[in-house]
Amino acid sequence: MAISNKPIVWGPFAAGGTVTAFLTPVLILLTLLAALGHAPDLLAYDRLLALASHWLAKIAIAGIVFLSLWSTAHRLRITCYDLGVRADALVATIVYAGALAGTAASVVYLSRI
Amino acid sequence: MSRVPYVRTIPKVRWFLRHPRYIRYMTREATCLFIGAYTLLMVWGLRELANGPAAWQAFLECLRSPASIVFHVLALAFASYHSITWFNLTPKALPLQAGESFVPDGVISGAHYAGWALLSLAILFLAGAF
Repeated sequence: MAISNKPIVWGPFAAGGTVTAFLTPVLILLTLLAALGHAPDLLAYDRLLALASHWLAKIAIAGIVFLSLWSTAHRLRITCYDLGVRADALVATIVYAGALAGTAASVVYLSRI
Repeated sequence: MSRVPYVRTIPKVRWFLRHPRYIRYMTREATCLFIGAYTLLMVWGLRELANGPAAWQAFLECLRSPASIVFHVLALAFASYHSITWFNLTPKALPLQAGESFVPDGVISGAHYAGWALLSLAILFLAGAF
């Protein structure tokens, strides 16, 4: 029987595409407001710290970071192929490792909150 | 007699400028650059949050730079484009059968758009944006 790793790669991509479709625009809007000098209450240090201190929020944040980075990595890999980069194994290793490294960093920072 | 081998003359990088459909496809794929960059900005924000109130305040100050505002506007446009393309594909990915017939495409994608709008408004409200 042929063994394929496609579902492992593609599952988080599809999940990440859905999560980013629903969440990323509104998250950008929140920090855009802060960038324009109208930071919403949630971005005040005490409130955000209180939210990010809850274990459920930590899991949710780490999950969002992982899925967003993974779907980005997968699209980057496919786009590299589309642009004529045929070293797919190398590209895949770099982008997926980058997504995992970013997730690991977020887990470390969350553990310090 | 030797034959001249056929060499395809497709430009490697600029093929996607040849048709509006290809441009839309590459625009959709390019959204990942902004979504990925924004996620890394979130990770950086988590680090500054863990570093204490002064670091967090400095992070908020960084967000107010002109470059940050330009990035946010572009990222918002590209992330929204990703959402639109993603929700427009949902009838293909999640076809629903009701009895003999299929639920119309517009209902499936429309439900996703409605959920997106409600969720975004709820988050903005809970975050105290208005």
